[in-house]
Amino acid sequence: MALLQISEPGESTAPHQHRLAVGIDLGTTNSLVATVRNGVAVVLNDHEGHPLLPSVVCYSRGRVQVGCPAQAEQACDPKNTIVSVKRFMGRGIRDVAHIENCPYDFVDAPGMLKIRTTAGTKSPVEVSAEILKALRLRAEQALIGNSGMELVGAVVTVPAYFDDAQRQATKDAARLAGLNVLRLLNEPTAAAIAYGLDNAAEGVYAIYDLGGGTFDISILRLSRGVFEVMATNGNAALGGDDFDHRLYCWVVEKAGLSLLSPEDTSVLLIQAREAKELLSAHAETRITATLSTGQFIDLTVRQQEFWEMTRNLVAKTLAPTRKALRDAGLAVDEVKGVVMVGGATRMPHVQQAVGELFRQVPLNNLDPDKVVALGAAMQANVLAGNRPSGDEWLLLDVIPLSLGIETMGGLVEKILPRNSTIPVARAQEFTTFKDGQTAMSMHVVQGDRDLVADCRSLARFELRGIPPMAAGAARIRVTFQVDADGLLAVSAREASSGVESSVTVKPSYGLTDDQITQMLKDSYEHARDDVHARALREQQVEAERMIEASESALREDADLLCAEEIETIRAELATLRRLAAATDHRAIKQQVERVNRVTGPFATRRMDRSVKRALTGRNVASIGP
Amino acid sequence: MSDHLTQNFFELFGLPERFQVDGEQLDRAYREIQAAVHPDRFVNAPEAERRVSMQRATHVNDGYRTLRNPVRRAAYLLRRHGVDPQFETDTAMPAAFLVEQMEWREAIEEASGSADARELDHLSARLAGELKRMYAEIGRQIDERGDFPGAAETVRKLMFLEKLGMEIGDAMEALED
Repeated sequence: MALLQISEPGESTAPHQHRLAVGIDLGTTNSLVATVRNGVAVVLNDHEGHPLLPSVVCYSRGRVQVGCPAQAEQACDPKNTIVSVKRFMGRGIRDVAHIENCPYDFVDAPGMLKIRTTAGTKSPVEVSAEILKALRLRAEQALIGNSGMELVGAVVTVPAYFDDAQRQATKDAARLAGLNVLRLLNEPTAAAIAYGLDNAAEGVYAIYDLGGGTFDISILRLSRGVFEVMATNGNAALGGDDFDHRLYCWVVEKAGLSLLSPEDTSVLLIQAREAKELLSAHAETRITATLSTGQFIDLTVRQQEFWEMTRNLVAKTLAPTRKALRDAGLAVDEVKGVVMVGGATRMPHVQQAVGELFRQVPLNNLDPDKVVALGAAMQANVLAGNRPSGDEWLLLDVIPLSLGIETMGGLVEKILPRNSTIPVARAQEFTTFKDGQTAMSMHVVQGDRDLVADCRSLARFELRGIPPMAAGAARIRVTFQVDADGLLAVSAREASSGVESSVTVKPSYGLTDDQITQMLKDSYEHARDDVHARALREQQVEAERMIEASESALREDADLLCAEEIETIRAELATLRRLAAATDHRAIKQQVERVNRVTGPFATRRMDRSVKRALTGRNVASIGP
Repeated sequence: MSDHLTQNFFELFGLPERFQVDGEQLDRAYREIQAAVHPDRFVNAPEAERRVSMQRATHVNDGYRTLRNPVRRAAYLLRRHGVDPQFETDTAMPAAFLVEQMEWREAIEEASGSADARELDHLSARLAGELKRMYAEIGRQIDERGDFPGAAETVRKLMFLEKLGMEIGDAMEALED
């Protein structure tokens, strides 16, 4: 028997459908997924009720294990058990500190290292994708079940101090895991959202985020409905792992050990991490282990000793903190509160040092492990369009490191300075230095030092086809555009002769769309139907989104168009609707692009109107066409 | 239909075209416009709208950055009045001003050489007062007298002082490390 739904008079039977979106904290040590349910952000637990998924992937015995089962393999199969893979994202072998202590069989590859495992050579992007896939499945099981709904997308967090290579790698990993990335969000900004909304905070706040492998400090101004990042700084290779490593070195020295096997190194590192955690609450703790040589280790470490051996690690977080304050143009007493984020902030000597610097007790009234995921979920909920218009908030974030180009003598010409609010674009003109020069090579770098050698190389490309001219006559305009994800696109154009030549680069580690598609295909193990079904579904979703958005735009702002324009748009939409009902995903894609072209001018005019509305306080009646 | 990308930044934020601007009004207008055009509002929109949104938000950020900072705001106004501030080429400054600059530099070097944080703080406060005086001067030159060449010279002086501010900051940072 069919049940009839009866609605109150005036109430629609189909209320605005809630779109499922999640926030993911892809951490060095642990990862989490959260969502907003009935207006409240919640972390989604696994079957056994655990919120944290250890960021560990094990490739052995012909299968891939993620999380706790993988962690259990760490001591006995360290070579195939990848921990803290976040440290390798967008990094070459030379970039990773203490790499000699990693038990892995590294392969250097252009832009990003790879790891040889029993399951083949894996890039950090693929390893991270396994973690993200596990979180996606967890979310789908918890949220979708048999409801027939789809996950519209995810906000994935990254350390604020991540450079372009690391951000691009993270986005690629999410796509590889089958996630639609709504936005890459900086971790301290996510924490600020969660903290700010829960506490109705107003004023200037510092977010001190010391995670497993990264440190960020962000200074934000919170005011009604606006989260504005004033400055950010940090160290993308400093975190709780380094404290473990210090303690591990202490054990090695105290016990007089040398030439440890990878298995013994793993055992001692695990012991060191446990001891570090215990020392947050105890005056001393024991470290015991039996090595493969039969040697028995039994040492007692006192809290004071541990603080002493890691004092300079704590100091390494304070220098960037002062820099961020200075960049924000603020004195310490102008900061209203310091929010502590990340598991490593549980260490009392970290709390004490931060308290002394800011001359106030740091705020710890939220779970430092969960706050980033919760904030990401809140942002995902806004981006998915689940909050009524006017009830959203605005997030203004910045780039953490300056972006520039190499000039003569190995010097960097900065084009976009650090702490520029995104999205941002800037152009700079360059010229040729030889008569008749027809090509010019460009080297894009990121960092705040003056020498190219001290900055990170992002991409090299060549602009060809410059018409031969006298030296200094060519006008090559190089434009840097950073989008709302903090990702860079560079284009160059020779303009003086009217001949235009342009190129857009993706940083060198980046995967092309084709590569991602290929990896996705491989992961489906030649199940062609799946790949096709997935491509078709993706295009259908895009088509539906386009039809829905265009029709609502026509309802609201048809007066911005002449009759002929309206007719053209309607005709193209009708074609799109017809194609979306069939099964040719390429045809749908082409038609989506056509609709994009014909609605371009309409989009521009609508944007102009909304700017006017914003300025005139929504006084629509006073706005002329 | 006017195109906002070609509109001048004062019109964009609904402000009178003057050097002296109401900072709060600028902040408010910036946030209101950004709330309307920011890419976060168009995540689910078709490609065409997402593209326009990124262009607009980029332009609005550029305008805010230009008007928020006194040196950039003054330079922008000068260019709009056909005066090239000649920041890079025209370095001829009055001798008295250059002598003053040397004195500032010596004071900073001395304070940082003797690791005197208190003196650096003191210099920083004195510099802030000096900057304020110059902002007022540029305001009179541009808004009241329409003396653009005169304002251009004050702006060039201002750039020297901003550089001093950075040096004081660097010296403070060096003491902290």
